Amino acid sequence: MSSRLARGGRLIDRGATRTFTFNGRAMKGLEGDTLASALLANDQVMMGRSFKYHRPRGVVASGAEEPNALMGIGTDGHFEPNQRATTQELFDGLTAESQNHWPSLEFDVGAVNAKLSRFFPAGFYYKTFLWPRSFWEKVYEPIVRQAAGLGKAPKDRDADTYEHLYAFADVLVIGGGVAGLTAAVEAGRSGAKVLVLEQTGHWGGRAPVDGGEIGGVGAQAHVDALVAELESLPNVTLRLRCMGAGVYDHGYVLGYERLTDHLSDKSGPRHRLWRIRAAQVITATGAIERPLSFAGNDIPGVMLASAVRDYLVNYGVAPGDRVAVVTNNDDAYRTAFAMKEAGLDVAVILDAREAGGGALAIAAREAGIRVEPGRAVAKVLGSKRVTGVEICAQAGSGSVIETIPCDVVAMSGGWSPVVHLWSHCGGKLVWDTERAMFRPDADRAPTGHDGKGFVRCAGTANGALLLSETLQDAAAQGAAAARAAGFEATASGLPEVDEVAEIPPAAVWLMPAGASYDKRAKTWLDFQNDVKVSDIQLAAQEGYESVEHAKRYTTLGMATDQGKLSNINGLAVLSDALNEAIPQVGTTTFRPPYTPISMGAIAGQGRGETFQPLRRTPIHAWHEAHGVQWEPVGHWRRPYAFPKAGESTHDAVNREITTVREKVGLLDASTLGKLIVKGPDAGRFLDMLYTNMMSTLKPGRCRYGLMCNENGFLIDDGVVARIDENTFLCHTTTGGADTIHAHMEEWLQTEWWDMKVHVANVTEQYGQIGVVGPMARQLLEVLGTPEISKEELPFMAWADRTVGGIPCRIYRISFSGELSYELSVPAGQALALWEALMEAGHGLGVAPYGTEALHVLRAEKGFIMIGDETDGTVTPQDLNMHWAISKKKEDYLGKRGQMRSHLSSPDRWKLVGLLTEDGTVLEDGAYILDAGENDRGQRNMQGRITSTYYSPTLCRGIAMALLKHGPERMGETVQVTKLGAGPVLAKVVDPVFYDKDGEKQDV
Amino acid sequence: MSDLTGPAPVPALGGAAFDGYVRIAEAPQGAMFTLRGDLSSAALKTAATKLAAVDMPEQGRVALNGERALAWMSPDELLLLAPWAEHASVVAQLDAALDDPALNWVDVSQARARFAISGPDGLVREVAAKLAPVDFSPSAFTPGSFRRSRIGQVAGAFWCPGPGRIEVVCFRSVAEYVFTLLRDAARPGSEVRLYA
Repeated sequence: MSSRLARGGRLIDRGATRTFTFNGRAMKGLEGDTLASALLANDQVMMGRSFKYHRPRGVVASGAEEPNALMGIGTDGHFEPNQRATTQELFDGLTAESQNHWPSLEFDVGAVNAKLSRFFPAGFYYKTFLWPRSFWEKVYEPIVRQAAGLGKAPKDRDADTYEHLYAFADVLVIGGGVAGLTAAVEAGRSGAKVLVLEQTGHWGGRAPVDGGEIGGVGAQAHVDALVAELESLPNVTLRLRCMGAGVYDHGYVLGYERLTDHLSDKSGPRHRLWRIRAAQVITATGAIERPLSFAGNDIPGVMLASAVRDYLVNYGVAPGDRVAVVTNNDDAYRTAFAMKEAGLDVAVILDAREAGGGALAIAAREAGIRVEPGRAVAKVLGSKRVTGVEICAQAGSGSVIETIPCDVVAMSGGWSPVVHLWSHCGGKLVWDTERAMFRPDADRAPTGHDGKGFVRCAGTANGALLLSETLQDAAAQGAAAARAAGFEATASGLPEVDEVAEIPPAAVWLMPAGASYDKRAKTWLDFQNDVKVSDIQLAAQEGYESVEHAKRYTTLGMATDQGKLSNINGLAVLSDALNEAIPQVGTTTFRPPYTPISMGAIAGQGRGETFQPLRRTPIHAWHEAHGVQWEPVGHWRRPYAFPKAGESTHDAVNREITTVREKVGLLDASTLGKLIVKGPDAGRFLDMLYTNMMSTLKPGRCRYGLMCNENGFLIDDGVVARIDENTFLCHTTTGGADTIHAHMEEWLQTEWWDMKVHVANVTEQYGQIGVVGPMARQLLEVLGTPEISKEELPFMAWADRTVGGIPCRIYRISFSGELSYELSVPAGQALALWEALMEAGHGLGVAPYGTEALHVLRAEKGFIMIGDETDGTVTPQDLNMHWAISKKKEDYLGKRGQMRSHLSSPDRWKLVGLLTEDGTVLEDGAYILDAGENDRGQRNMQGRITSTYYSPTLCRGIAMALLKHGPERMGETVQVTKLGAGPVLAKVVDPVFYDKDGEKQDV
Repeated sequence: MSDLTGPAPVPALGGAAFDGYVRIAEAPQGAMFTLRGDLSSAALKTAATKLAAVDMPEQGRVALNGERALAWMSPDELLLLAPWAEHASVVAQLDAALDDPALNWVDVSQARARFAISGPDGLVREVAAKLAPVDFSPSAFTPGSFRRSRIGQVAGAFWCPGPGRIEVVCFRSVAEYVFTLLRDAARPGSEVRLYA
């Protein structure tokens, strides 16, 4: 059984008990435990079920690479699935549940899949569910979805908060083990700004567990001294529980800091995403031990040798009472010593190397441990827990020599440097045959803007295995990074290291070498996705020769652990099956993040109230207080309508329209773009931008203009006012404020840089209020506004006037066809003006109106709307706006485009009005039917509806449409589509439905 | 519209404030002008430096003199700040001084919202660093530094008048969004202590 030892445990506090629950069962652990070590202390070795076959699974590792011990942690709004028990620090009140089983962890119905495993070979989902085709959506997919997946999706909204932080460093060190700290000290001493990130809650990495003496003191004391020096340097920042998640172009690195995951108190941000720019990056990310591939290597109790050591030394937890160590290298012998040290049994060390190990093997024999060179595990015995191993010769096909009882198998297939971060941004790897590992190729580093490498690996991450090698490399890399960042640094001398020499590992990719199919079909490569040696071999046999194809076909390395334990073993099996060398097969691509990071951390502040910026006009609060129904317009909120109590939206819109037609309405037009174009060449510039002539406009006057892109398509419209000889104010659509500003700047900066013109976007400097309706002048006169008669302020003129004591610029422009004054006022006075107008207009029956009334009013007048009548493929000519296209001008943007044959074709769809025969309202976006069908059997069309409304003024539906040869077909009846019904008959008419002569606006 | 005066303008959020681990406060209405033109032209330089009573700022810098300031915005743009009480007089002086049509100015006093982050220097810096991709470390963002950048998802600019204070300016329509971002970044319990 697994249990807490009476002594030991460098990271735990035996005086501080912590209570938690696992699958609803209350358990006790200690401060300093991980969830995994606490579960082992409670003899809970089985921690989950596998993905595909629902096999019982125990914890394999002790860190970020853990594939099996995945938990749903927390409850309700704090619940998160797929969390690794090995990296989850224990706190009082933690609730954890294991995954992938029903009804319980101990008894799982899904385990029947294992019995049917011959029906689930590699790529089974490509083969099994093909027929009948109709079954996929209704039958197979729901079943597969139910059976697959790991943790449950959270049901509640995430109750935590998250944030981002932008940080900058000369040298960023990722990894706070002995290598990272050594490199950081070297860089820090140079004066460089150094940031050190460590993913766990402790400095020092593996060194304090794996031993060795540095400078005459133990590894822990050396680590403490390094940390103390770094803490004393003002230019060094140290962060624990902050993982280097990804390395990107230009020294951009993401750090993932977990702030409250280890605490009972969840207040404050849960995660912080560090968005770092570093001149140089050092990855001192260590190495991950590889499992060995033998039959039954997934049975709970089979663990990495290093993990067994970690649980003993770090947490004082024995994963079992009696261990069998199986290895291809010297390092795993340390696990046997750690077991002995803890007073536990070592049944045997199986060393797959024919000649056995080096100095550590001799020491083991001297300590009375049974060491068996050239031996392997034939098969692990047990189902929910290891009960023993059958041993065999590594060389043969697995004839059992002996059965040895044990409850833990500590395996070590060698070490793979963590090259993920090196590889994220293009760092290349070399295969080191002697060490049996891929390690970074320093000559092919990820390169920055100057073509030079900006990432270095240090220590074990760089392929070093011995402590002395690690320290030497780390010091050199730290100094080199500081130099590359522009500082003076020379690596200081290496402290004396007392360590045991090791002999090289053997490359052992299958155990025993000649394992039969039965064994290979029970030999796991990817524990999380249930991929076995036999699956990879089948993939190779079926022609999936590329490692990337084999990965996707078998799902090797595609689980949440991204193959941290399985990828190298898998590709070694693949290379063997293909009879190619490992470097020829290569690795799959390492992609960020290193381990999964929370969606909350990615979103940061971009959620809830600050999910998106919301733009508010100066009158926004008044609208909100007066029952507004909002319409989102870009990031703005504009009033759609102002329904009164008990009034439907439709009725409100009709009332607002009637108010404008008969009395006076107020419109908040503040969102319209206002661009000041100023300079001696302003007129010439605007002549190029607008299709019509602007330079001839007189100061004090306004002119409506159209703007096209180079292709000749209409992109914006609005009224231009000439302020003085050199200054124009261009009104744009709401959506065009920023884009047209950018459009103008682009032309000024790239093509017409010699024009003396400046453009300033003053959209937000002013509130703009439309006072619209036959009583508009009366309303302004109530507020004492002088000189606004037809003669003093005629249609399409502007003037500065004081309205109710507030100075305004008044534009006499109309988008409704009624008498209309648009009042422009500095934003900070806009609300005061609006309120004054509302109060003064009370006796006249004034009412605010929204965008829907605005739209109907303009449609009754046949005015086009950018985005309704246009969609990026419509020209002014299509809209019969030849009058707004200057014939005199030599050029304007779009002129050439409009001359192209298709754009000047007489067959284009052109603007008309439509009136249904029965007076009903046509559907938005409906098509106008033509005779016959096209070559794909679809009904031919000859036009489409661009705007359609109920007009309360005309008491009937009105519509605008683009129709082939439209203007020549007045009076004709056409058929318009209607969803779920036959076509509707409509008469082609002039698009101006109301006051064709424009008498009402010019009074 | 240089002659517009009228009732006292209302700032976007009416002077909102939040006391977190640093203080976030909307600044009172000030006068703010965009000046465009050749920054080496004598007329522009003289007008700008005289009105702010400062020397010309270098690229990426703001020259400060109490409530007056002159900031470098781009190779052909300056931002001029002055107390609101002087708004009308600045307008008149700009009109008079910048008579060359190639030199331009616009009043943007009410197009913007301004906030101050104030408190212990290191904490003020880190609150700004939560929202903008700018190096706010004391060595990089020194008094007089001025950066146009973004705040969350909108445009904004930052400057450092002195230790323990960073000023933020954004467009008026997004004042509430920016204030909410700053407020949340300053909530007690979210201290980073990056520069402490």
